[in-house]
Amino acid sequence: MTATAQTIATPAVTERRQSGRWLTALLLAPSAVWFFVLLILPLAVVLVYSVGVRAPAGGYQAAFTLDNYLNLPARWAAFKNTLTLAPLGTLICLLAGYPLAYFLAVKSSARWRVMLLILVIVPFWTSFLIRTYAWIFILGGRGIPALLDAMGMGDVRLINTPFSVMCGIVYAYLPLMVFPIYVSLEKLDKRLLEASEDLGAGPFATFRQITLPLSAPGIITGCMLVFILLMGEYLIPQMLGGGKVFFIGNALVDLFLQSLNWPYGSAVAMALVIIMLVTVSLYLRATAATGGRRDASLI
Amino acid sequence: MGVTSWTEPKAAAAARSASAPADVEFRSVTKRFGPVVAVDDISFEIPRGSFHSFLGPSGCGKTTSLRLIAGFEQPDAGEVAIGGRSMVGVPAYRRPVNMVFQHYALFPHMNVADNVGYGLRQARPKLDRAEIDKRVAETLELVRLPKMGARRTWELSGGQQQRVALARALVNRPTVLLLDEPLAALDRKLRRDMQIELQNLQRDVGITFILVTHDQEEALSMSDTIAIMRDGRIVQFGTPQLLYDAPVNRYVADFVGESNFLAGKVTATHTNGASITLSNGLALKARWSAAGEHLSVGEDGVIAVRPEVIGLWPVGRASADLDLRRQGQVRNRIYLGDHTEFSVHVPELGELMVRLPKSDPLAMSLQPGDMAEIGWRADQALALRAT
Repeated sequence: MTATAQTIATPAVTERRQSGRWLTALLLAPSAVWFFVLLILPLAVVLVYSVGVRAPAGGYQAAFTLDNYLNLPARWAAFKNTLTLAPLGTLICLLAGYPLAYFLAVKSSARWRVMLLILVIVPFWTSFLIRTYAWIFILGGRGIPALLDAMGMGDVRLINTPFSVMCGIVYAYLPLMVFPIYVSLEKLDKRLLEASEDLGAGPFATFRQITLPLSAPGIITGCMLVFILLMGEYLIPQMLGGGKVFFIGNALVDLFLQSLNWPYGSAVAMALVIIMLVTVSLYLRATAATGGRRDASLI
Repeated sequence: MGVTSWTEPKAAAAARSASAPADVEFRSVTKRFGPVVAVDDISFEIPRGSFHSFLGPSGCGKTTSLRLIAGFEQPDAGEVAIGGRSMVGVPAYRRPVNMVFQHYALFPHMNVADNVGYGLRQARPKLDRAEIDKRVAETLELVRLPKMGARRTWELSGGQQQRVALARALVNRPTVLLLDEPLAALDRKLRRDMQIELQNLQRDVGITFILVTHDQEEALSMSDTIAIMRDGRIVQFGTPQLLYDAPVNRYVADFVGESNFLAGKVTATHTNGASITLSNGLALKARWSAAGEHLSVGEDGVIAVRPEVIGLWPVGRASADLDLRRQGQVRNRIYLGDHTEFSVHVPELGELMVRLPKSDPLAMSLQPGDMAEIGWRADQALALRAT
């Protein structure tokens, strides 16, 4: 063994290995630079700002104080909204998206499948802004409430409520949940389902013991995508929450652009980053414990 | 033997099969997929405790037949009965059968023990954990995979995966075990070993085994009965020996073992056989197959001669009691260890395959290019329907 290892390590081979390493470095360089300049550096700036104080005319003034962090409870409403509506939105997307993905991957005929998949994507062809405006009309005074009023159901207010924000969230993020689940269900070997049935498991038992665990990578990926993006959501609460239902994202815009209190805004932003890191790593650990075989495709 | 404690004693199994009620029965079963008739009005009975094979090329309906027994398909007409009970409307998960799938279909998210115990965990009322663990361990020992329970299935070799699939199907003690080309993915040596093991296992557990295969050697070596299928129908149903010695037609003779075929028209018939005249005018006599139909004069027929019944001698030395003697030239010689195969070109008969045992001195001395004399007796050749 050692003899062969030595004979292999000729200077030519060593040189080839080294040039291979250079190639790897070269190929990774653009993304490394990108991440450093646009992620690590700004994050460091935010961290530094978060322990500073607001300059008298607004903005940042160098200092070292933890007051901004101690002041976080003042923005409790934004945290509470985000931390309830983001997980809830993810859950609703999962409950609505799984059956849809299941139907697309398992039940629909090959002829219809492509057509239906395109239908799931079609909304992306229109601007997100326009689609959210459409929801303002649907849920606003002249939309569904007017219809309900005409039917004698009384005066119902839908816009600028958690309900309207949730409508916008589920509508916007459902495809992000459907696709990863669809992929994991699509590559599920149908013979495993037959094997389960053959061994005495009825349709529901088969779903619980085979389909669900084997589509777990898709579920985990979908939930991660939706949850992470929802935590930073700004536009939907802005448009459908009308300042009454707001997320951390809205609070940040308010602090940076209205109050010009950059240090406090930075502290809120850091809090969001920390909350995401903690929840996501807890979630991944929990699913890794139950998931068994880890699929490389999952986040 | 201790590990097979849960199986019934052999004597009891033998006594039960002596009364030989049918374990699996097809009554005029038809299954269509769109315009394709996969199984066309077939009826048969497989006796309890036997090893039965469906043999045929792909698309002959053998896999569909198996899936009809498993309950993955429902017949369009007729009915399937298992253990004397009609299975009409009974879903796969309520049938007393278990299947070993072609590519094993082991659950990738479970280890070996959880795969094997899967069927037991579905039982209602629930079995307790200790009972499940005990039976899983016993069954793993039965398929000679003791102490492998904690392994992940993808760490196992093909042969080991095969055994896990077998254990998973056997652990439920089904009335019938279905095997869908279970050995197709294994290499030749391993396949031989598994064939012997499957046979031993079947004898030990006394369960009816039903095998689907396109490999005639596999079917011949393991089965008590074989159904040869073509185009959704059973061409012949019988013991391996019957199929080999008394094929009903050319299709069966061609599928089971090897034969030389000489096609022609029937020109004379008698009680024991017929004369078939080849296109070159040569008339050859052959006897009827014990299971085959008798042809009438004017019909197309073939003479089927197994390679081992054709004699081969140096020129002029063939024995005198032959019904046919011809000279030919050796074209090819294939040494196969215990026997040698020659392809001999005979002017009026074409290329014939002849098989000599190792003990025949000619087997070693005869070389391509040599002239030789071939011949056979009419009672060793069969007159068969040409289709």
